[in-house]
Amino acid sequence: MLAHFSNIITVFLMVAGLFIIIARGNLIKKLIGLSLFQTSVYLLYITPGKLIGGTAPIISPQYTVYSNPLPHVLILTAIVVGVATLALGLALAVRIREAYGSIEEDEILERDRGVEAEEAKEARS
Amino acid sequence: MAISVLAIVVTRNLFSVIVLSGAYSFLMATVLVALDAVDVAMTEAAVGAGISTVLLLGALHLCKSLEAKPAHKPWLPLAVSVATGALLVYGALGLPDFGDPDAPIHKNVVPRYMKNEVEVPNVVTAVLASFRGYDTLGETTVVFTAGAGVIALLRRRKQGSEKASGDA
Repeated sequence: MLAHFSNIITVFLMVAGLFIIIARGNLIKKLIGLSLFQTSVYLLYITPGKLIGGTAPIISPQYTVYSNPLPHVLILTAIVVGVATLALGLALAVRIREAYGSIEEDEILERDRGVEAEEAKEARS
Repeated sequence: MAISVLAIVVTRNLFSVIVLSGAYSFLMATVLVALDAVDVAMTEAAVGAGISTVLLLGALHLCKSLEAKPAHKPWLPLAVSVATGALLVYGALGLPDFGDPDAPIHKNVVPRYMKNEVEVPNVVTAVLASFRGYDTLGETTVVFTAGAGVIALLRRRKQGSEKASGDA
């Protein structure tokens, strides 16, 4: 069990992010949940690359054991992409707030239903 | 770190949620240093704790800072999350042990990277720039697209508000 402790932490973070995304209606909170999920993926990639007694992968004559550099490279890319998607999501949230006056999912859906009902009434009359 | 995550889940004041997520990013950076991923930790501290927090605060400035009380009972999402978590833990038990030097991840292409063919002592930089340059090309494409999207969204907003003020 102890050998998989890091994986269990990763899964906990992932599930917390998933729960925030599903359960919370606020769009900004949802985006924070998404970035939480992303950080758990960073952990998922980085932990298998660690070697006990290893050091950071910078070649030096004093060390012989290094951790695996490949996941580090991949995650460096992933962090930057994550910020880009976060920025795009926040811009969308701001735009929704301008159009609907709210960033709560329930209120937005309610307003959409109200508009539909009004249109149906107009079509009938 | 788990405590700050739980606090993020529970807290409804979005400002404190954002500050908590910044603190969480710094803790994550510390964990990454402990896992020998110094380059990633630096990026996470600068980008995750810095730029993300600024972006979130900027968006919060334009929105309301208090989250509404959840309208639904959280049992269904909780059940889905716990089920997913159980499945993932079950899957994780089949992975190689932590710090196992014989894991497949250390066997295939990495020994060649560690031979330092491009004579840059920082292997992460060498791999990023020399072996996997296309990743960075794709990343740049994504960032460019996201930037263009943000500009398109926010510029339309400005025109709309100008039109609205013109109508008034």
